[in-house]
Amino acid sequence: MNTVQLISRRRFLALTGMTAGGLVLGASVVGSRPGLAGVLDTAQGQSLNLFVTLSEDGAVDIVAHRSEMGTGIRTSLPQVVADEMEADWSRVRVIQALGDPAYGSQNTDGSRSVRDFYHTMRQMGAAARRLLEQAAAQHWEVPLAECRASQHRVLHSASGRELGFGELAQAASALPMPALDSLPLKAAEDFRYIGTGLEIVDLDDIVTGRAVYGADVVLPEMLYATVARSPWLDGHIASFDAEPARAVSGVKDVVELRAPAGPRGFQPIEGLAVLASNTWSALQGRQALSVSWRDSSHSDHDSASYLDGLESSVRENSGTVVRQRGDVDAALSAASQVVEASYRTPYLAHAPMEPPVATARVSVEGCEVWTCTQNPQAVQAAVAEALDLKPEQVKVHVTLLGGGFGRKSKPDYCVEAARLAAHSGKPVQVVWSREDDIHHDYFHAPCAQYYRAALDDQGAVQAWLARQAATPIGSTFDASVDTLDDGSLSQTFASIPFATPNLRLESLPAPAHARIGWLRSVYNIPFAFGVGSFVDELAHAAGKDPAQMWLDLIGEDRELDFSEEGFEYSNYGRSLADYPYQTGRLKAVLRALLEQIPWGEELPEGQGWGLSLSNSFLSHTAVASKVEVRDGKLRVLEMHGAIDAGRVVNPDRVHAQMEGGMLFGLSLALMGEISFADGQVQQSNFHDYPVVSLAQSPRVIRSHIVTSDAAPSGVGEPPTPPSAPSIANAVFAATGQRIRELPLRKHFTVL
Amino acid sequence: MKLNVNGEERQLDAPAEMPLLWALRDLLGLRGTRYACGQGLCGSCTVHLDGKPVRSCLTTLEQATGAEVTTIEGLGGEAGDHPLQQAWREHGVPQCGYCQAGQLMSAAALLRDTPSPSDEEIDSALAGNLCRCGTYARIRAAVHAAAEQGGDA
Ligand code: FES
Ligand code: FES
Repeated sequence: MNTVQLISRRRFLALTGMTAGGLVLGASVVGSRPGLAGVLDTAQGQSLNLFVTLSEDGAVDIVAHRSEMGTGIRTSLPQVVADEMEADWSRVRVIQALGDPAYGSQNTDGSRSVRDFYHTMRQMGAAARRLLEQAAAQHWEVPLAECRASQHRVLHSASGRELGFGELAQAASALPMPALDSLPLKAAEDFRYIGTGLEIVDLDDIVTGRAVYGADVVLPEMLYATVARSPWLDGHIASFDAEPARAVSGVKDVVELRAPAGPRGFQPIEGLAVLASNTWSALQGRQALSVSWRDSSHSDHDSASYLDGLESSVRENSGTVVRQRGDVDAALSAASQVVEASYRTPYLAHAPMEPPVATARVSVEGCEVWTCTQNPQAVQAAVAEALDLKPEQVKVHVTLLGGGFGRKSKPDYCVEAARLAAHSGKPVQVVWSREDDIHHDYFHAPCAQYYRAALDDQGAVQAWLARQAATPIGSTFDASVDTLDDGSLSQTFASIPFATPNLRLESLPAPAHARIGWLRSVYNIPFAFGVGSFVDELAHAAGKDPAQMWLDLIGEDRELDFSEEGFEYSNYGRSLADYPYQTGRLKAVLRALLEQIPWGEELPEGQGWGLSLSNSFLSHTAVASKVEVRDGKLRVLEMHGAIDAGRVVNPDRVHAQMEGGMLFGLSLALMGEISFADGQVQQSNFHDYPVVSLAQSPRVIRSHIVTSDAAPSGVGEPPTPPSAPSIANAVFAATGQRIRELPLRKHFTVL
Repeated sequence: MKLNVNGEERQLDAPAEMPLLWALRDLLGLRGTRYACGQGLCGSCTVHLDGKPVRSCLTTLEQATGAEVTTIEGLGGEAGDHPLQQAWREHGVPQCGYCQAGQLMSAAALLRDTPSPSDEEIDSALAGNLCRCGTYARIRAAVHAAAEQGGDA
């Protein structure tokens, strides 16, 4: 399946936009891709190219083709290459790739950079090492088997001779590529960098302020633009007065950006742009604009009544059965106790610290874009569509991202910049204010769930009935879509690992009235909250320890496959043969977590522990939280997480993702809520869409990595899903109050 | 209009009510100071005016004139070797890094007045510096570590 070929130097230069000399290696890989992230991911069998170059002075350049948004991926993948290559890490430079389909998908989301590229990166490193060893063997006229690369040199131990990598660069680059499949890879005990917490390559630039994010790109004669956009979905400009804006000092132009016909997709929202000589003038000019908007079929959207509707729908109606085992109705009527509950979770905004921003320049050859994107090829496709170019005429430079969380996989802001640059004939940087970001996000879907379970007189769960209605991401790409697809249902709701003899899962429609998109861990957020809370409710109803209830529900160690129960499980795009869903590993993560915390300890009045467990992005995670509630004031005192993500490349960055992912979950559990009234988002900035602050962050945040040599799995998203239910369950333990609606600040003052 | 930034006298042509943030970034090319809210709600744009932390998005050029402005570029000199920057490296604090210039500037002002702060003092000095990536545990640890190194360089 994998083939490595020598890539011509010209091709390499075209892909990275850099100048380089020496050995150039390329890998071309055909692989299957998960379908989680929307329309651009549907293509299968794409080819990838990943590159290593070696200069005669010994400098090694390794291409990072994924986007850095805080996970450390610009370090982790190159560190795998360097390890197999036996390169000295201090002589490695990381080069950011331009957007190009030659790499296959560069869409940095779905927690899949390491899991999709770990093996290929090892092969790339190993191929480079082999060529260098061969070049040395030929030079010394000794058998290849006697030559061994080690830390930037090739050694011939019998004679004590050695040659540096740089000295071998020319000779190695002239050799034919070795067959990849026969290349020996290192044994795990010989790893030098894999499994080591190397510091991130951008660290120094970040702490000195030199790091380049989206808004730090400056082109000669560049104009800055801000856009007043339709306040509701599918709204259009009715009329406007641009004169007051034109009167603002520094303002150069006011330009209509009409929304194209067809699916919303990644095309811009209709708006009116103000172009100016600096950001401040653009912001001032935009404030001076007066625009009125035509109503659309969404301009009366009210999120509270929408969620009321979804909740009564799941409580009262049967839906489409998506997975079924045994006879739930019979078991419910035979139950000694029936427990039921419904849960609701609101719209959320991504609110990455860096709002969307893109800079574009248009010439006769095409368009060049500099931007903080998770998906440079989506930028190429969307800009090409908007400007009537071919995707290869759109050159996309990827800056660092000041956070992404899924928002920056959607290139609508890049299309705005490209259209304005085409219109004005000058480079244009489109700046989104925080208000723009909150008002015009691709929102995380609101969701209502209903659960009903039968307990027998031993407290064992005999039946599990669940229904959900959540707004589908598919509506962004086809407005007629109103129910979740299997990939979305595969995120916890329909992939629950319970051995319960009778089970029925149903899905109900939820038509969209806002742009919906994927946010860190996506539908696992609401479903892990529903499932994690309901398991806790069942434990208390049965008089069991919640941890024991989880273990009982999961049952024996086995590999799960839901196809016999009528559900096509997506397994995040990977085959169950490669990535089996093993209940033993899930339970082991819970047990590992319990060893880290004083679960079951006596606590003062008003304090409580809660936990939850989740499988997402092929990883297993468990989180336990300790809270204190006094006089209606809630504070999270501690959060502890455990993860089994298979083999870990950079444990320090995995810990960082655990810490950050748990706090992302805490933030949405405590405070996350976007609401709509009259079609418009009611929040606008961090005062009314708060995110967790240092003062609210628990004093104790710990993460534990379960050691595993299984194939690497996701890390960026898996810590988030179990966090919110762990907190709500802790609140119940502390107060006896069961909270079934997020965020918690609807019910408590959060400290 | 004249502005003293990182020990240098800079000349610029801008309205007096322009926020310092945009003047630093767009007019003076000092892009280490970041925009994230524009309303004094997040701390990403924190700089020092005569050693005191201010939100440059809410500070006008008029207010900054006559004061010594210090930005992240001026914090630890060329090498960026302020004890806090060192501690940030050692603790691997940054994730995406976008908020970190503001975090460092707020922390530096804290250590100047309070050389060995308690957790509570760190919490209150940095409560206005949001980090969406959730690097808070490491920020606390790094501030303590820098304080132990005699953090007010
Ligand atoms: S940008 Fe100034 S406080 Fe947020
Ligand atoms: S490191 Fe990303 S916002 Fe703080």
